[in-house]
Amino acid sequence: MRMSPSSSGEPGPSGASKGKRRVREQRTKLACVVKRCRAGHPGAGGVLGALFVWCCLFSLAALSLEAQAKNSCLDCHSKFDPPLGINAEDFGSSVHAQKGLLCTSCHGGDSSSDDMERAMSKAAGFRGHIERSQVPALCGKCHSDAAYMRGFNPSLRTDQFSQYQTSMHGKMLARGDTHVAVCVDCHTAHTIHPPNDPRSSVYPANVAQTCAHCHANAEYMKGYKIPTNQFALYSTSVHHDAIAVRGDLSAPTCSTCHGSHGAAPPGVASVERVCATCHVFQQQLFDSSPHKVAFAAMGAAGCITCHGNHAIQHPTDDSIGTANTAFCVKCHVDGDAGYTAAATIHTGLLKLNQEIERSDEILGRAQNAGVEVGPTILALSEARDDLTKARVATHSATPETVQQDTQAGLKVTDKAWQAGQVAMRELKYRRQGLAVSVAAILLVLVALALLIRKIETPSPGETR
Amino acid sequence: MSVWQNAQKWLDERFGLHELREFMEHKTVPQHRYSHWYFFGGMTLFLFGIQVATGILLLLYYRPSPNEAYESVQYIMTQVRFGWLIRSIHSWSANLMIFTAAVHMFSVFFLKAYRKPRELTWLSGMLLLFLALGFGFSGYLLPWNTLSFFATKVGTDIAGQAPIIGKWILVFLRGGEDVTGATLTRFFGFHVAVLPGIATVLLAIHILLVQRFGMSVPPSVEAEWQATPSARHEMRFFPNFLLRELMAWYVALAILGGLAAFKPWELGVKADPFAPAPPGIRPEWYFMFMFQTLKMIPAKIWFLEGELLGILTFGLAFLLWVLLPFFDRGRGGRAQRFIVGAGVFALAYVVVMTFYAYVAK
Repeated sequence: MRMSPSSSGEPGPSGASKGKRRVREQRTKLACVVKRCRAGHPGAGGVLGALFVWCCLFSLAALSLEAQAKNSCLDCHSKFDPPLGINAEDFGSSVHAQKGLLCTSCHGGDSSSDDMERAMSKAAGFRGHIERSQVPALCGKCHSDAAYMRGFNPSLRTDQFSQYQTSMHGKMLARGDTHVAVCVDCHTAHTIHPPNDPRSSVYPANVAQTCAHCHANAEYMKGYKIPTNQFALYSTSVHHDAIAVRGDLSAPTCSTCHGSHGAAPPGVASVERVCATCHVFQQQLFDSSPHKVAFAAMGAAGCITCHGNHAIQHPTDDSIGTANTAFCVKCHVDGDAGYTAAATIHTGLLKLNQEIERSDEILGRAQNAGVEVGPTILALSEARDDLTKARVATHSATPETVQQDTQAGLKVTDKAWQAGQVAMRELKYRRQGLAVSVAAILLVLVALALLIRKIETPSPGETR
Repeated sequence: MSVWQNAQKWLDERFGLHELREFMEHKTVPQHRYSHWYFFGGMTLFLFGIQVATGILLLLYYRPSPNEAYESVQYIMTQVRFGWLIRSIHSWSANLMIFTAAVHMFSVFFLKAYRKPRELTWLSGMLLLFLALGFGFSGYLLPWNTLSFFATKVGTDIAGQAPIIGKWILVFLRGGEDVTGATLTRFFGFHVAVLPGIATVLLAIHILLVQRFGMSVPPSVEAEWQATPSARHEMRFFPNFLLRELMAWYVALAILGGLAAFKPWELGVKADPFAPAPPGIRPEWYFMFMFQTLKMIPAKIWFLEGELLGILTFGLAFLLWVLLPFFDRGRGGRAQRFIVGAGVFALAYVVVMTFYAYVAK
């Protein structure tokens, strides 16, 4: 996650002087803590107690299956506040700590020594604070080394650093702008989790928030002359709804369209190809449509001209046609061929939709009344599939292509409607049949009652 | 001589039909203020007959395999002429039969018709009621829909909780560890062969015993009749009682027709053994009082598991109920009041828990 300079463990230039002052304060505190540690525990009882505790801890350590490398850095740094403070538990849960990496893996020094001077000596390679401009290269030292990374995760990519150098962030960093995002801004510095871990700042559902940390911050982005409303717009989109509300992790987030390590806005020419990574058929149909040439002539990008980019809404059947809500009327006017085609396509979609609803309604009534129409309801789902296909086919902008699907769907709805009517007639027949049967049964009951009365009525002169 | 008279003569010479006719003419049924309760036994028999007839018709199309069961019932309901009616009547009649059998049982209980010499009539009747429940449990699974699949899973799980033999019962009922196609074919076998075979024998015994001992007269009525012999009334079985019984059957038939036409038995959604159990899984209404009790019972009571304790209690209660005629020896006073009280409690418990189960969901 991109930390703001004041809260980040790796402060940016804007907070540099404040950060240095805090570092000095923390070093003074550190010296006090070390002195207290070295002073030990007073008294013989304390010594024996400490010995006992030490023996117990030693036994436990000896029993543990995996020998843990000593990390004396945390003994002190876990007691500080940021920026020098590290939450030992958070660091322990990070993928680096899990794989056995220590503080010294990035910061240098000797974590096996309890002597602060020795642990942080230049001789032991101690680097201390890592400048922002040095972060990508430092991370890349391991993450670009395929042979080294294979030892941890053979399927992990090792092109992040080279991709980063091609990104807008990387290019600006190379020009000396340390304000731009470096690795730790998105991944954090000390609590890095794999992207498939929900705790990770780059977990698909968290990516937009991570990017928004800087890109939605108007104050921070001042000077870059780019909008800061992308996250607000994206939050209203169908893509955000899919990933954040419905939990569909395959739905697009910022990095899906812009790239992650090589993040940059897609150009006009490549927008279609970006969208087509998911919407394959739409792109194929668009490529064969009259719009392809027309848009190119206007210098308009494929998909986003109609659908927008960050705030993509769920398209409805009214998104096409001649109403004010339709995309088509942005360019087409009454009388031109496109206007007529849009109206024809819209009418076809509406008709199929209405027929599906009509069949649904009659079949629902029949089903609620107990007539088994399950197979017909199942068959009607084919019409829904046809409607979906027809909606996709609108990208061809050709009424004939769309009609192929709408006509196929209408054949299905016609059969379903007929079946619904048969079911309703059947229902009526059943109820009439019941009425006749009940009437017949009542007649028999009356006849039986009369018969019983007759045989139980004593004839004249007879006693019961 | 007409053909009919000739046929009668022919049969009479060989089988002594006149004796049967004479017997029928002389057979009587006691007539008193509780006589109407007698009809419920006959109605149960009539509904059993409907079950047999509609069951045979369903058997012509039903296919007992997980891949075909649901589809075959769907076929019966949509393609077979009057299949919907037959299937619906079969399902409704099963439920009505259990209802009338239960009413018959409680009327026998409260009118004390189980007392000497009718102990075995009660015993065979109780066994028939358990068989009816077995018919219901096994038949419920046959359409292989989601509700029946998971209800069978829960039901057999409960049976599996029984001590010592629980696991064996579970495997025996399911035909393995889980509810699978093996369970379906097994339940089908129980439903159309094993249970009908046993039921036919028991039913024959039950009816023969009823015939042998005649209808019981409640003790209070009997006392009145002994005090005032002129108050004794009897009705000829044929045709007087039989015509009344016939009226009751017709009423049952009209109710069945109405239910089948206005509330056809649903088919539901085909069972998917790999899908998670949907909410609202519940057994048929006649098992609900037990199901609700087991749901409400605490997980642990003293050192026993709550569910196990519930099963053991129900088992003991049913055993005592079945053996009732053997320890109700007609002693008056407190013992009688205790037995009537227990019966009232049992009836109230079943009714209240059943309603509560549907209200509480």
